Amino acid sequence: MRQHWTRGALIVSSLFVLQACTTLEPPKKAAAPAPAPQAAASAAPAGAPTAEIEKYRAMIADGNPSDLYEMAGEELWKKAMGPKNATLEKCDLGLGPGVVKGVYAVLPKYFKDTNKVQDLESRIVTCMERLQGFDGKEIIAGSFGKGKRKDVEAIVAYVVANSKGATINVSVKHPKEKEMYELGKKSFFYQAGPMDFSCASCHADPGKRIRLQDLPDLTQQKGAALGWGAWPAYRVSSGTFWTMQYRLNDCYRQQRFPEPIYISDDTIAVSMYMAVTANGGKMAAPGLKR
Amino acid sequence: MNNKYLITAATLLALPMGSALADAKFDKMMQDSFRSVGIASVDRLKQDAAQKYCSDPAVLAGKGNPKQAESIQKANMATIKQPADGKYIGDWKAGERVAQSGRGATWTDKADAANGGGCYNCHQINKAELSYGNIGPSLWNYGKLRGYSKEVVTYTWNRIYNSKAYNVCSNMPRFGHFNLLTEKQMQDVMALLLDPNSPVNQ
Repeated sequence: MRQHWTRGALIVSSLFVLQACTTLEPPKKAAAPAPAPQAAASAAPAGAPTAEIEKYRAMIADGNPSDLYEMAGEELWKKAMGPKNATLEKCDLGLGPGVVKGVYAVLPKYFKDTNKVQDLESRIVTCMERLQGFDGKEIIAGSFGKGKRKDVEAIVAYVVANSKGATINVSVKHPKEKEMYELGKKSFFYQAGPMDFSCASCHADPGKRIRLQDLPDLTQQKGAALGWGAWPAYRVSSGTFWTMQYRLNDCYRQQRFPEPIYISDDTIAVSMYMAVTANGGKMAAPGLKR
Repeated sequence: MNNKYLITAATLLALPMGSALADAKFDKMMQDSFRSVGIASVDRLKQDAAQKYCSDPAVLAGKGNPKQAESIQKANMATIKQPADGKYIGDWKAGERVAQSGRGATWTDKADAANGGGCYNCHQINKAELSYGNIGPSLWNYGKLRGYSKEVVTYTWNRIYNSKAYNVCSNMPRFGHFNLLTEKQMQDVMALLLDPNSPVNQ
């Protein structure tokens, strides 16, 4: 994160303003509606505090720092690099070699050349390996925001921004796509670890929130379209652009699971489940998140 | 007639085999997709009976086997230990700190670091705290509404210790069962809910 802060003093100062707003403490006057004593045993209502968060989001929505990542990503896409000194311009992300526009709305999908269902990040890594000669294993063993993975993240921002407004349309026609969807669904509901959590613990009911953070119901089209459609996103609280793989990594951390391996089948399967459930929704990424 | 039996037998055989294959594929995917980091080792992917039972979306939708649910609840109830010093009610101020903290047990946490209860993540508790979640029921006026009888006290202790003893697919972590909170921390959270002087009961 820190590295990107050096990109411009203007950005740095504006980010400080954004960071200062991230405590999510609503003004005291916006007190929560007082529940009647007999209602105390039922679920607490979502009310004024979440409305304040909506205002906050609207306030910072103009000027998403993802722009910086998009620009860096476009440059990386077009720059000859790696042992083979090639660009990514012949990379087939799912709609044919070099097609970037609208492609994020059809991912993850089955790719014949790898005989695998791939999400955007695993596919970019494949292209870096095959076209440019980079070692994918190094990217998988690395960390978010560092080395070649940092490049993947910028390219993700560039590709995703080119699908803004596109209708999510992920296929389950190929048997491997169908299988990946089923595996992802199973994983979504898989409870484990010292807190007994699964994705479904937080994301399988409408109207729920942790603290003041709304939780989309990812098992329903409406919630999935909202959740899947807003990621990847710029994360104000960490001052970094988060890809879907990064988002999932942190979900699993908070679930108290072991760490998901970057672009592993489980992360792609869960993405497939969310994306297919979101079908028909609109891509709004890169989003802006607290 | 014979054909019919054959088909039935084949169907019966095919179904479990198909799902066993799917299970094997799923297990392999999980095994290959995670790695141990810090205290969060891959052993955590192993499920106990409750976790296994509650990983079925049909069960979560209320279509589980009540007998199986009951037997898992019973087994969980049997693991509950009452406080060693016989005290259930600690210090509500310390309990508020436990309720506020959502830290602990992730791969970035140290084994010897104190965990939080993360209670506010899911529950309304003290009304002064506006940032609370709604996955669990509101606990505002917990003692005031339920009274301070031995039954209420024991039930509350047991719920914090192992919520699955009462509701097999409760979303609440089993704080005592998995040593997420110490006995003292649980006593302090008990005080937050059940000390008549706690702001929760004003």
